[in-house]
Amino acid sequence: MISIGERINGMFKDVREAIQNKDPKAVKELAIKQTEAGASFLDVNVGTATADPAGAMKWLVEVVQDTVKTPIAIDSQKFDVVKAGLSVIKNEVLINSSKGDPEELDKFMSLAKEYNASLICLTMDKYGIPQDVERRMEIAMKIVEKAVEHEYELSKVYIDPVLFPINVDQKQPALMFDIFNQIKMISDPPPHRNVGLSNFSQGTKEKRLLARIFLAMGISYGLDAAVMDVLDKDLMDAAITAEIIMNQHVYSDSYLTACRK
Amino acid sequence: MEIPNVADKWSGGVNEITLGATKDKGGSRTKTFTIGGAKSIPFMDFEGNPGQKPVVAMDVYDVPPEDWPETLTRPFADVLNDPAQWAKKCVEQYGADVICLKLDGIHPDKGNKSAEQAVKTVKAILAAVGVPLIIWGCEHDEKDNEVMPKVSQAARGENCLLGVVTQDSYKTLTATCLADGHALITLAPVDINIAKQVNILVSEMDFPLNRIVMFQSTGALGYGMEYTYSIQERERLAALTGDKMMSMPVICDVGHEAWRTKESKSEDSEVPQWGPRDERGPMWEAITAVSLLQSGVDIIRMNHPKAVATVKKCIERFY
Repeated sequence: MISIGERINGMFKDVREAIQNKDPKAVKELAIKQTEAGASFLDVNVGTATADPAGAMKWLVEVVQDTVKTPIAIDSQKFDVVKAGLSVIKNEVLINSSKGDPEELDKFMSLAKEYNASLICLTMDKYGIPQDVERRMEIAMKIVEKAVEHEYELSKVYIDPVLFPINVDQKQPALMFDIFNQIKMISDPPPHRNVGLSNFSQGTKEKRLLARIFLAMGISYGLDAAVMDVLDKDLMDAAITAEIIMNQHVYSDSYLTACRK
Repeated sequence: MEIPNVADKWSGGVNEITLGATKDKGGSRTKTFTIGGAKSIPFMDFEGNPGQKPVVAMDVYDVPPEDWPETLTRPFADVLNDPAQWAKKCVEQYGADVICLKLDGIHPDKGNKSAEQAVKTVKAILAAVGVPLIIWGCEHDEKDNEVMPKVSQAARGENCLLGVVTQDSYKTLTATCLADGHALITLAPVDINIAKQVNILVSEMDFPLNRIVMFQSTGALGYGMEYTYSIQERERLAALTGDKMMSMPVICDVGHEAWRTKESKSEDSEVPQWGPRDERGPMWEAITAVSLLQSGVDIIRMNHPKAVATVKKCIERFY
């Protein structure tokens, strides 16, 4: 499971204040805590904390990579903010994210190639977010086509079919499972299958339980990456256990210990 | 038509371990071996680095083996009572890369030799040969826990490979190897899940993962070899996909197992249709070894010089 720790985000009060006061303490703590929790990437998003998002992104990336070696996911839909973040990156990096329009993909894939970065591509375009499997798969195909055209490694592509909150449209989660399955067969090697997990259960009363069960079920259909709350130990353990059940790791009585390392 | 490239890409690999320490590294070995390092399935080097060549360890016992047929005792007839000379013969005449001293004689039912006697044997072998040493207990937990720490201390600095530890008994030998700088063999009899578990338990004692060799117990040709084979194959695949708890080199005990079979042991007069034992026995041992090599093996324990020669030739040719 590729777990992308979501906590370094200007939408959270502690991070917003850190950005505004240029006080790295809270960001450093979150970087360490999420790394210890087993995050594969640390998502970095400046949110709406500042009038200078590009500058803030640079600062956040530098603080994080001075603190831990965990790769960073630069989270912004704005091209210049992503570029600012990439300009100071030292290690492996993931860009979160590009929309599925051809011109957007051209821009982001060229940039990703230049920095040897991975790239999350959303199955949404200028017409909005599709509600059905077919339209989403159509965009997913276009993403793969673009990757081939750019000679961009498919193992660096993360397709995100845009998971809706359960209390917005309850039909959606089941459609996702079908999509994960189909993306797995779209190419060889296939692109990764990613979701923004916290968004799914936002505003519900059983937020953690819903996220945990969706993740476990998703893994059984081929979900292999998520922007998620890696500090939720039950969630991380559910992911590991789902992978064990799907025979992705060799079982042992201490499999949780082994996989957490 | 273009032939598609179906080579797999692997993210992980088998750890490399160096056995033996020369004078400048604090030991007295004149030769060391590095094993492991494979980043591909055996014989599929187009997928990645095939790693180090497997090494052949020849068994030397601290007491003359009681169950060996004459075909097997003959090449060692003059040295069976002298482990140091036995080891020397294996290295100088029969081309052993490594010596595996099997301390059968310390077993309460097989002589109950003392720790002091075992230490004496180890020191004599270290003085007689310059190759790295594997020291294998008698697999009687209580006696091993009494003897192996002393043996380990006596070989301190020599960077030996000591074994075996199991899920139920691992603490003493793990701590000892850690203190004396030896590598460690973890045993799980034909069980990949327990194999992983022992590695986790040992690593929780802060024993470095890159100092462990795995042993699944070995089945000879016709006697469960396929179980050993499939587990070792799965272990190799797990290592290649990046499972850190399964990325250890693998050791096989081919000699002992192959020479327990009726196909290699039976007298010529009992089974005249099978051909002479002097041919048949070494062949059984060599075929077991070469077959298992294909599943991914880094150290093969062997007995008969003829089988050793055949297997070493194969390794030279294929790796």
